[in-house]
Parts: sequence; C-alpha cells; structure tokens
Amino acid sequence: VGGLGDAGGDLLNPPDAAGGRASLIQRLGKWARSSEEGAWRWSGRVAVVLPLAALVFAVTVLAVHAWPAIRVNGWGFLTRSTWSQGNGYGATVVTDGVAHPQGSSFGAWPIIVGTLQTSLIAVVIAVPISIGAAFALTERLPRWVSRPLGFAVEVLAGIPSVVIGLWGLLTLGPFLAKYVYPPVANNMPDVPVLRYFRGPVGTGEGLLTAGIVLALMIVPIIASTTRDLFLQVPALPKEGGESLGMTDWEVARRVTLPWVRSGIIGATVLGLGRALGETVAVALVTGSALGHIAPNAYSPMTTIAATILNQLDGAQTDGTGFTTATLAELGLLLAVLSVAVNVAARSIIRRTSRMSAPVGRA
Amino acid sequence: MAPGQPPSTMRRRGYEVAFRLGTYLALLLVIGPALWLLIGIIGRAVPHFRWSVFTMPTMGTSGGLRNAIIGTLIIMLGVLIIAGTIGILAGIHLSELSRPRKSGKESGALLRAASDVLSGFPSIVLGYVGYVALVVGLHWGFSLLPALIILSIMVVPYIAKSTESALRQVPTAYREGAEALGMSLGYSLRKVVLKSALPGIVTGVLIALAIAGGETAPLIYTARFNDAVPLTLVHQPFPYLTYPVFNFFDQPNVDAHYLAFDAALLLVAMVLLLLVAARIVVARSQRHTEGRRG
Repeated sequence: VGGLGDAGGDLLNPPDAAGGRASLIQRLGKWARSSEEGAWRWSGRVAVVLPLAALVFAVTVLAVHAWPAIRVNGWGFLTRSTWSQGNGYGATVVTDGVAHPQGSSFGAWPIIVGTLQTSLIAVVIAVPISIGAAFALTERLPRWVSRPLGFAVEVLAGIPSVVIGLWGLLTLGPFLAKYVYPPVANNMPDVPVLRYFRGPVGTGEGLLTAGIVLALMIVPIIASTTRDLFLQVPALPKEGGESLGMTDWEVARRVTLPWVRSGIIGATVLGLGRALGETVAVALVTGSALGHIAPNAYSPMTTIAATILNQLDGAQTDGTGFTTATLAELGLLLAVLSVAVNVAARSIIRRTSRMSAPVGRA
Repeated sequence: MAPGQPPSTMRRRGYEVAFRLGTYLALLLVIGPALWLLIGIIGRAVPHFRWSVFTMPTMGTSGGLRNAIIGTLIIMLGVLIIAGTIGILAGIHLSELSRPRKSGKESGALLRAASDVLSGFPSIVLGYVGYVALVVGLHWGFSLLPALIILSIMVVPYIAKSTESALRQVPTAYREGAEALGMSLGYSLRKVVLKSALPGIVTGVLIALAIAGGETAPLIYTARFNDAVPLTLVHQPFPYLTYPVFNFFDQPNVDAHYLAFDAALLLVAMVLLLLVAARIVVARSQRHTEGRRG
C-alpha cells in the first residue's frame, strides 16, 4: 500500500533485505514502508500541480480564442452597449486581418453592470442573514433543533442551480412580482440608490429576482462556513465575557465576531465569487435582455455568465467565428473579474487576520 | 461607547432583544425558502410521477429518464475516480507535506493560490474552454470525456480544500505523538492523521459529487444530451439529469414539463441521499473516537 498514486522512478529500488532470509512478504513490506513516504510526497506534488496546470490551460485557451475579438472590439468592448452579430447573410468584412460579419458590433458594458448588480444584491441580502442564522444555530437553539436545521442549510447548498432557477422562474418570481414588489416599489422613497427600486415591477423575471435567487444560493455557503467558524471559537473567552455581565449581543460583538472576522470575510467573498459566475439559475430568471442596463431593479437584464450560456448556439451561426471569439473574450473578462475578487479576498483575509487580536488570545 | 461610561441597561436590553429576534428571523429567512423550494418541486413533480421514468429512456422530449439517470451516475463515478484521487492527494500535500521549509516560507502558497483561483473560476467559462479545446479542438465531439475532465477541474479545488481543512483540524499533538513513537511519515499519515480526518474528507468528496451531479452549464457545452447511454468516452453525446430540467420545462408538450419536474425531483433526492450518506459517515466515525466535540 504505497500511497494512492505512482511512486517516483528512483524510489522503486527496494533497499537490501536484511540477511536475505526474510520472506518475500516481509521484504515487500519493508520496501513498501520505506518507499511509502516518497510515494506520498511525489503523488501529492503531482496532484497539487494539476490545478495550476488546468488553470494555465484554461486561461491560455480562452486568450488564444479571444484574441481576434479583443483586437477588433478594442477597449470599446468595455463601454459599448450594443450587442449585434451583424448581417449573417451579408458580406464578410475584414478588420485588422480578422474576418467578421458586416455590421457586427459588440459591447459588454450592460452585461458587466448586470453581473455586478446581481452579485451585489445577493451579497447584501445574504451576509446579514447568514451570520444571523449561524448565530441562531450555534449559540441559541438546543442541539436537537439546530442539527436538523443545519442539515436543511446543507441541503439548500446542494440543490442544483438549475432546480433553484426553475423554482425561481415558476414560483418565486411570479410570487414576488404579485405580492412583494408592488408595495416595495410604491413606498420606496425617491432618494438616490433607493430610487432604483421604484417603477414598474414587471413579471418577476429581472434584476432583483436574480439577486434574490443568487442570495438564496450563496446563503448556505456563507452560513455553513460561519457556523463552523463559530463552533471553533473556544468557550472560555465567551464564558469570560458572560461572567463579566456581557449580554449575548455584547459577547457576539466583542468576542465571537472579532475572533472569526477574517473567516467571515473569506466566506463572503467565496459567495461573491459564486454569485459572479453562477449561470443557469440566473439565466432562467433574468429575463435575458441584452443591450441595455436595467432601468429599475425589476427590469429584465442579463449577466456575463448567462450571456455565454444563451448566446453560444446563436454564435455558431456566424460562419466567421467572430461571435464565438467575442464570447471567449466575455469569458476571459468574467474569469479576470473572479480572479480579481479572489486575490482581493486573500489580501483582505491576510490583513485582517494579522490585525484582529481577539479577546482572550495571547 | 466611551470607557468607564457603561451604556444604559434599557439600551443594552433593547439591543439584546433585537439581536435575538434578528437571529431567529435570519434563520427563518434561510430555512423558509429552502422548505418552500422543496415543497414546490415535490408538489409539481409528485402528482404526475410515473415509475416508468426509471425504466424508459427519453424519446425526444417525452418518454422516461432512464438514460439520464444512468448517465449522471456514470458521470459522478468518473468524477469520483479522477477528482477524488487528485483532490485528496493535493489536500494531503498542502496540509501535511509542504509545510516545513528551510526558508521558513510556506511553499504551497502559489499552488494554493492557483487552487483558490480555479475554485472561483466560473463553471460556464470552464465549460466554454471544454467546448473550444476538447469538443471542437481535439475533435472529441460532445461526449463523456470532456465532461468528466471539465467537471473534475471544477471540483478538484473543492476536494483539495476540504481535505486540507479536515487534515488541519487534526491536533498537532497526534502527529507529534506518532513521530515520538517512531512512526514513519507515511505510516502516521495512514494510521493516525488520515484516520482522524477521514469523516471530513469523505464529506467533502460527497458534496463535490453532489456539485458535479447537479451541474448544468458546463455539461451543456461538453456533453449535450442523448436518448441512449453510449459506452464510449468520445464522439457520442452523453445524457445527464440536469439537461431535461433546463430544456424541457418550456417545450410545447406537457409530457416534457412532467419530465423536467421529475428530473428536478430526482436531482433533489440524489443530493439528499449524498448528504445523508455524508452524515452517516461522520456519525459512525464519531462513535469510534473518544471525546466528541460539541
């Protein structure tokens, strides 16, 4: 049993069996023991390099395929709002050596904004709910209640996004549009930011529904991580706080939350990353409106991920392959966005974990 | 609040009540939609459920789901073999083998960063990469192998991370004890460290399988769909359960709607099974360890 993977070549030479009188099985056992460590180390090294290789592979493939689109679309790709494949039956135009259909013009600005909007709504809704639920589960409820409820949160995390999307489209969206959005839209004050939540509420397919569905999908990630973090906070400092007469809220604010702050930030960014890249559920509930930024919070819109999913079939009708290349550019953009989020998260976690000196820790 | 100036009792009591109510409300807002969703799916699927979905293959947009069920099981098995092996080994490497370095600097930093970035990599983008590089580029066509590769790339970081964190929760004293007893690194890994971390690792793998089985976007662009279950790795489109959910619910025939909801119900049941299995693993392992954790 020499590890789970292959041993390196130089490790395959067994050391001399002592005396030569040992049975084959003993010798094999001895060889296995001595080469086991090497086998673990080598297979581990191979396994740990594979994700890096996969990442390099994915980015390279995307960059190579996106290159013609990057050259022709230029920086305007980030600021334009049009999304037109051009005339598929007309003449093919060559710009900078790249063939594309006449009149094709691609801009990702509304899609980028839509992606950020849905993710932001999701995080704003999900973070306080997740932390509150994690508190209720760990500090409040007795074990016989919190265990099944914790399991329910796990189940929610595991439900496939396509199922959540279908439910969001057929059940949640219409319900919100009928009973929740109208009073919200009618009573929202006419001030900056909140003004966005006024106006016609539509059918329930749109920005806010997408944000709520996304929140539902990232709540389990943040809540279960936060719950595990709370469970790791040692009891002594909390009991110390209580014995000093702190209320539960004060213990939570002064002891528990500072202790796990960096972990919660990490979990939040994990959720943000998931929200940015979530595809199927969002594609089902956004209303898939290309070409403009949602005029209010209930309007149909779309995200980068949903666009890639929805547009590939259409893109294949473009014989020059330029639309497919543009989708690769969009994919690269989304990848860059989520990589940036990840890197930012890592630096935040590093900084806060150094700065926060929780109560009671030496 | 300024030091030496205790806040008023009323104010503290108010905060306390608000905090308690807030936490319960938050929990309700998490559990409520989860139950609503489950009831919604069951309510739409069960009234029209026929057992023939298990025995009949899909025919166009009607028939059954036998092909899709078998396909999803095969995909999960493939992901278990590929991503399970690589992910667990990577996790062991990151937690156990890469730490001590002469320079004092952690050696796994770059690799861990790559793993982090990859786990944040959107699944649809990976699916697109699979489409242009494997399906079109290598002329594999829509088929099982590109789907397995892309799904494995997706879940390896997850398995590696859950394995790593499960291993890191094993007290250092266990390792020191093993070393003090003269155990080799490999022996102590197998008999002491991995044994105590096993429930965490298995849980991570089972959840990764649930993720893989429930994926849609990357599969649409690597496997497409098939009314039969082809026994080849390449050149034949491959069926799976999430496809009918995504594509059948807005078809004109009512049979297709039923199939979409049946498939959704089966997916939820599959997730439940995997999570219950993970729970049983944890519970069984805890029976054998002394000193349970709260």
